[in-house]
Amino acid sequence: MSELTLFLIRFAYLAILWIFVLSAISVIRTDMFGARLPAGANRQANGRAPKAPKAPPRRRGSPTHVAVVEGSNAGERADLAQAPILIGRGPDAAIRLDDDYVSTRHARIAASGEQWFVEDLGSTNGTYVGSARITQPTTLALGTQVRIGKTVLELRK
Amino acid sequence: MTQQNSFLGFVHRRRRGAELFLLILALFVGIGAYAAVGLGVEGEVPADIIGYGGWLAALTIACHVVVRLTAPYADPVLLPVVAALNGLGLAVIHRLDLADGTTFARQQLVWMTIGVSLFALTLIFLRDHRVLQRFTYTSGLAAIVLLLMPMLPFIGVQKNGARIWINLGPVGMQPGEVAKVLLVVAFAGYLVLHRDALALAGRRLVFVDLPRGRDLGPILMMWLLSLCILVFQRDLGSSLLFFGIFLTMLYVATERPGWLVVGASMFLAGAFLGYKAFSHVQVRVDAWLHPFDDFYGSGNQIGESLFGMAWGGLLGRGFGQGSPSRIPFAESDFIMGAIGEELGLTGVMAVIVLYGLIVERGLRAALVCRDAFGKLMACGLACVLALQVFVVIGGVTRLIPLTGLTTPFLSYGGSSLVANWVIIALLLRISDQARRPVPDLSQDSDETSDAETTQVVSLR
Repeated sequence: MSELTLFLIRFAYLAILWIFVLSAISVIRTDMFGARLPAGANRQANGRAPKAPKAPPRRRGSPTHVAVVEGSNAGERADLAQAPILIGRGPDAAIRLDDDYVSTRHARIAASGEQWFVEDLGSTNGTYVGSARITQPTTLALGTQVRIGKTVLELRK
Repeated sequence: MTQQNSFLGFVHRRRRGAELFLLILALFVGIGAYAAVGLGVEGEVPADIIGYGGWLAALTIACHVVVRLTAPYADPVLLPVVAALNGLGLAVIHRLDLADGTTFARQQLVWMTIGVSLFALTLIFLRDHRVLQRFTYTSGLAAIVLLLMPMLPFIGVQKNGARIWINLGPVGMQPGEVAKVLLVVAFAGYLVLHRDALALAGRRLVFVDLPRGRDLGPILMMWLLSLCILVFQRDLGSSLLFFGIFLTMLYVATERPGWLVVGASMFLAGAFLGYKAFSHVQVRVDAWLHPFDDFYGSGNQIGESLFGMAWGGLLGRGFGQGSPSRIPFAESDFIMGAIGEELGLTGVMAVIVLYGLIVERGLRAALVCRDAFGKLMACGLACVLALQVFVVIGGVTRLIPLTGLTTPFLSYGGSSLVANWVIIALLLRISDQARRPVPDLSQDSDETSDAETTQVVSLR
């Protein structure tokens, strides 16, 4: 074995080792951006018009908006077409509540097929459907009262 | 499906394709090292490379298939990194075999097969890591029994000054390696239940919150256990490892630096007493401070390793061109010395970065995980690996006194390899649960998630 061959082997092996390390790191890097809205991801990936996949025939009698029925923001509403709807005190919330008992990002209302759900986002004081504090995504029907802090919300036609 | 995912707002992708890609690269690392060893030592690609490479590839692909079937959302980086380290370790052991005329690599491959099958069994039968919380005290007891076993008269064996082996007929094993996994499970289960008492009570002294005296019970017990290992089994490494895991997990569970202050001072006191009282500790410390004073005696191992690493330099000598077999026990304790000699600083850095990636992925799983038990367990398991790597590589590079621990996945040692594969299986299980998009909120997780929320302000 000549000196040169051995040098090349040594160099090639170190290169393989570092290529492996760097590709592992690049997988970790892309993994960081794995957390994203799948709807947005689909849109970007397909490059199609955003409304094309999202045109479920809206049945009569299905809810169209969320309304605040009680509390300091009573009367405010948000259209369900922009689902998922974020509720909280933060600036990014679709329904922004001025309620001291509401967390910045308190709860989320979203659809799964025909069904609407409310999900608590780890809020301090919890989200209540009826009198029960929810610990997992809970289905919402028309008129079901969702209590968040001192505010009550419901789905309306 | 996507609708359900969008319900939570975000998803982790499965990334199994990325894992497969990295696994193939990892096979290049492992089999390439084997070929380079053959070329460097014997001047030709070894004849059994097809069989060896095929077996390594079969094990790796089997792991991948098991992960794909049982933990589809698990972390994509952990398994390839481990496969690469294991393959590199096998090649380095094989290189030392060629120099010494031993057959450690063959045995190590058998142990790797056992490790991979236990990895698969763990993933197949443990579908939810929270099940382990039921076995908090059982696994704690089992760990203590395992730790005491080497001290029993007939099955305990003393090797190289440390009494950490047991003899089960034809095979010997180090029960401490299994015990460390069980201890992490036990600590996690215990701390999830008791962390409030440990976190909230206590008084403030100068800048740190010191815990209450009565809460010191468990930490005292762990301290005594570590001291027992140090005194009766003469094993510095394990004693440091166990106490370190406990301390880190305690700190993570309670978020109180006070525990670190208490624990570190207890550890320093114990280490100082150990240094004063026991000759084997003094020998280690002297070999650390003055390795060349007794070069042909106690300082031989570390001295030869330092010479080897210095000769290796930046790019190393190349496989087969150094003489790492001059280092006693180069295939187990001092494998980093052998790598430093033949692959140089560049190779050692790559290996350390790979360990860093494993630990980072473990801590990432802990961060993403939803239940407190899983968080603590993932954190503890990542810590086991981190501490072990730090203690071993620190010892080999003469940063800290040398302690007898194995380098995870690299060094020769069946018990350690098998236990580390099980650790990786547990980490993959936790990360699979954590990254799975729709949470499976079953009844038993409600307790922990309720405990996690801050206080409830009563309305009206």
